[in-house]
Amino acid sequence: MVRRPLPGAAVPVLLDRAGFSYGTAGGRAQVLADTSFMLEPGGFAIVTGENGAGKSTLLKLVLGEIRPSAGEVRLFGRDPLRFRDWGRVGYVPQRTVASYGQFPASVEEVVCANLYGSARRFLPFGRAERRRAREALDAVGLAGTEERMPGELSGGQFQRVLLARALVAGPELLVLDEPTSGLDEESCRAFCALLAGLRVRDGKLAVLMVTHDLERLSGLSADVYRLAGGRLQPPAYLREVARA
Amino acid sequence: MLEFVGEMFRYEFMQRAFIAGLMIGIVIPLVGVTVVLKRLSMIGDALGHASLAGVAAGLIGGVNPVAGATVACVGASFCIEGIRRRLESRADLAVAVIMAAGIGLAGVLSGFVPNSSTFSSFLFGSIVTVDDTELCLVIGIGAAVALFCLAFSKELFWVSLDERAARLAGVRVGAVNAAFVLVCALTVSIASRTVGSLIVSSMMTVPVACALAVARSWRQASLVACAVGAVSACAGLAASYEFALKPGGTIVLIEVAVLVALLAVKHSVARLRRGQRRGSAR
Repeated sequence: MVRRPLPGAAVPVLLDRAGFSYGTAGGRAQVLADTSFMLEPGGFAIVTGENGAGKSTLLKLVLGEIRPSAGEVRLFGRDPLRFRDWGRVGYVPQRTVASYGQFPASVEEVVCANLYGSARRFLPFGRAERRRAREALDAVGLAGTEERMPGELSGGQFQRVLLARALVAGPELLVLDEPTSGLDEESCRAFCALLAGLRVRDGKLAVLMVTHDLERLSGLSADVYRLAGGRLQPPAYLREVARA
Repeated sequence: MLEFVGEMFRYEFMQRAFIAGLMIGIVIPLVGVTVVLKRLSMIGDALGHASLAGVAAGLIGGVNPVAGATVACVGASFCIEGIRRRLESRADLAVAVIMAAGIGLAGVLSGFVPNSSTFSSFLFGSIVTVDDTELCLVIGIGAAVALFCLAFSKELFWVSLDERAARLAGVRVGAVNAAFVLVCALTVSIASRTVGSLIVSSMMTVPVACALAVARSWRQASLVACAVGAVSACAGLAASYEFALKPGGTIVLIEVAVLVALLAVKHSVARLRRGQRRGSAR
């Protein structure tokens, strides 16, 4: 018997009239309402908005950390809460160098860690995984930093380590949570250039970025969705937004 | 020196003490690395106090106190995990609650223990009176704990570093956390008989503090912590034999001395480097 693929199995992210609300003392608070959104393979979507506009909630829905209270959310055609194939998703959290502080880990160990899904069980990472980590570091321009500790790096370098970690397993979807917060102008520009280069190299890589820092991303071309009052505004092209 | 070692190992109880001490000295810091980096340093204390309540209950009920300690530790670990899941971000509070319950219960039950000197031997342990059965228990559980830490080192690394990102890398965070707390409980229960319930948590944290001062990777941190634990256990046992000191306390004091020495060396090396840099800048 031939198993038919699930509808939308190739679509990295799909929200169909999704909403999220939570109970409070005075009733229910609506964080996100009636949100429909699709990110196709190779697409680049930026979701922006003020603090409290629902950006984090949108991300939590996509990553299966919360259940939508209305509508549907799909990650590669599956319910994100039951999604298991995490090797297809690369995630760059909003973390600062300080949060890694004195954590005893080498850059290589941090990047290798994301090969967890494909590595042999019960055994430490081997030579093949370490080589892949080095290649990923090379791709983000950090060759030679394998032995250093993340806490010793600059903000821009640290962000690129997290990017290398997200990319090491060869994902089809890259999720970035406020990647430029805490970066200076130069690191921010370098990060944008790197991201643009990655997309050129891998035409199928879909990118979903959540940020409030739209002004500093004007070098990128992406569909920009603005979240306001829990509702997603129709997309605008980033260059136009920056000009307006 | 050789004479001293030869004389010490003539006694069977010292041989047993060294085997148990080495096992404990390696296993407790191995677990400790994850405990400290997950910011659960108090868990050793909480489980230690719970194990005391189990020891008291065992002595009252005429059951082997080590078995009592094991049951109490495992029970306490499930309670910690249960409370932690309900309080989510306040894992430290779950540990504190279990610590309070453990110490309260141990205090009340100790009033009913028929032979209070047996009970107090569990406070600071008595590694030199370990019999063959207990030694087998220490070796068996110790080996199982070490095997767990090695086989699941990738998972433990992830949950120590970032639980959210760990889940998105495919790690089953809840299951790993629950299994790890259980492993902590088993570790504390074998340690209570040998080095003492009040000493366990120091042996979990001090060698790790030494490792954090020098290690530059997760692998190094684990190795250094185990090495400090093992060397201190041996040195502590030898010193306690020579000077008739309590072994558990001696081991921890040696670990603290190692930490102070390491920090002093690190500080002076950093000062020296700064001085050199300033010198070359001129």
